[in-house]
Amino acid sequence: MDPKEIYASLEKLFPGKVSDLKAEVLEPYLTVDQTAIVEICRFLCSAPGFKFEVLSDLTALDWPKEEKIQVVYHLFSYSHNHQIVLKVDLPRDNPKIATLENVWKVANWFEREVYDLFGVIFEGHSDLRRIMLPEDWVGYPLRKDYVEQEEYDGISTQRAPLVEKLLR
Amino acid sequence: MKPLINSLPETVFTTKVDDLLNWGRASSQWYMLFGLACCAIELMQTGGPRADLDRFGAVPRATPRQSDLMIVAGTLTYKMAKRTKLLYDQMPDPKYVISMGSCSNCGGLFQLAYSVCKGVDKIVPVDVYVPGCPPRPEALTEGLLRIQDKMMRERWLVKPSRPAVDQSGVRE
Repeated sequence: MDPKEIYASLEKLFPGKVSDLKAEVLEPYLTVDQTAIVEICRFLCSAPGFKFEVLSDLTALDWPKEEKIQVVYHLFSYSHNHQIVLKVDLPRDNPKIATLENVWKVANWFEREVYDLFGVIFEGHSDLRRIMLPEDWVGYPLRKDYVEQEEYDGISTQRAPLVEKLLR
Repeated sequence: MKPLINSLPETVFTTKVDDLLNWGRASSQWYMLFGLACCAIELMQTGGPRADLDRFGAVPRATPRQSDLMIVAGTLTYKMAKRTKLLYDQMPDPKYVISMGSCSNCGGLFQLAYSVCKGVDKIVPVDVYVPGCPPRPEALTEGLLRIQDKMMRERWLVKPSRPAVDQSGVRE
């Protein structure tokens, strides 16, 4: 199914919840309202004609100037060989969104990763812990304003002076 | 009376006890099986039939309790750094560390990353640094030979020059 058709039917079924389709890019994307993400995804996952069985990726973007964190869902359908990207804007100071664990099981680890690196809270997640970094890690490293700690657990994080000079 | 030196059969040698100990130690460096990243592939090659680390008496052991030598092969993350320190502490003295490749020398290519330790020498004392990304088997073999040289110079029976070991197991 064409991204424009997907967008049109979503607009009809969930009025006011989807917006800003960008269809002329390699991976067409649209913006979804934060409150409707679970029902839209459940619909896209199971509705005949859509059948997005796979959540191929779930990631996030940090936009400090716009004061928002964007969570990005890459959906793919094996039955119809079509794909769509959903983006959800969250406030940067308190990013919270409902979990998609009950729609696609794979979202469990993806969401833990986004929580680990961006600090997005996925409400209703069964096991929201850091997945890659140590549990006592301070901060969310992929945020643009992340500052490296002086030391981690007694291990200095300082580099050789030459490299510091090159970094300016 | 015949001189002593000529009375002994040809198969008898005289040497110092220190030299004997060091010779034994240097010729049986059991290194810990411990690969962290792509350097581990070169480490395997070095243990393989072409470079053949076995001919220097170095064989891999799968436990730190039986190892004399730790070859830190690869990128060391902070999460792994704590485990590495634990493994080092579990090794019996005398113990030696080879830092293999740019990553474990100083963080290398990944030193600007938030999660990568800027050199294994931040957590354990390192005897030999092998440069390269990754070092060829020849380079690692050279590193092992340098460790052997270092071992042969050590004096264990004479108190003043004996390497001091403090509470944390770090040689001074």
